[in-house]
Amino acid sequence: MPLLGSIITLIGSIFLFLGALGIFRMPDVYNRMQAGTKATTLGTILFLLGISFGHAECGCLGKIVILILFVIFTNPVSSNALARAAHFAGIKLTKRSVKDDLGNDNLENKGGEK
Amino acid sequence: MSKIKSTLIGIVLLFTIWILLAGNSQQELLFGGITVILLTLLFQKKFLVLEDIKLNPKSISYMVIFFFVFLWELFKANIDVAKRVISPKLPINPGIVKVKTKLKSPLGRAFLANSITLTPGTLTVEMKDEYFYIHWIDVKVDDIEGATKSIVSNFEKYLEVIFG
Repeated sequence: MPLLGSIITLIGSIFLFLGALGIFRMPDVYNRMQAGTKATTLGTILFLLGISFGHAECGCLGKIVILILFVIFTNPVSSNALARAAHFAGIKLTKRSVKDDLGNDNLENKGGEK
Repeated sequence: MSKIKSTLIGIVLLFTIWILLAGNSQQELLFGGITVILLTLLFQKKFLVLEDIKLNPKSISYMVIFFFVFLWELFKANIDVAKRVISPKLPINPGIVKVKTKLKSPLGRAFLANSITLTPGTLTVEMKDEYFYIHWIDVKVDDIEGATKSIVSNFEKYLEVIFG
């Protein structure tokens, strides 16, 4: 059982590492957010699961399930808020981008103070 | 009626969380939990948001299916992003596309937006009326209908049954 837990934790850490690498390599804030959100979500889930398998005697599986649900619910919300704020703050997409419907629709001028 | 339903769902949800947190069942803990949950529900008004959830056999089975579909998509998303990050050429083709949703309930939309964020190559940037603006790491189709079909439909068909 501890071996299985260690393996799962190792896979989780690999995903976390890839997330960090993605943040380093991606060209603009939105693509970085993509790498940062997805890889860290699965990475954290596997990491926590690995801990609960490796230390089965502590009986903390329930708490870990709650932690996992918390990560699943909060991670996308925070990245959504960050991406939205970045776009409304006027941060441009990378030059490799194909299209920008949000910029074209120009929501920035309709909402807010006016 | 809807108040009763949302209260019931609230009780079940809170009680599950309580049991998971408290570990295995000691009677004092269970009774304490029930007391606290009832007090919480007595003094709240916001649980009405839970009334959007439909409770019938079909929607409950769809909830279970949705959970596994979601986990599978999450797994695929990670493999996908990992592949893109590792490959030396960085094969991305990003852009922000607009998609349309049929869901009416706010809770259902929140679930949809979160699911989209956690699935391969897509990130919800903004929600406005019935349109979602989604950053797509690899834009394949250009128009609203096509993008809706390939991003939203997969989840929408489950969420439509669950939330109506």
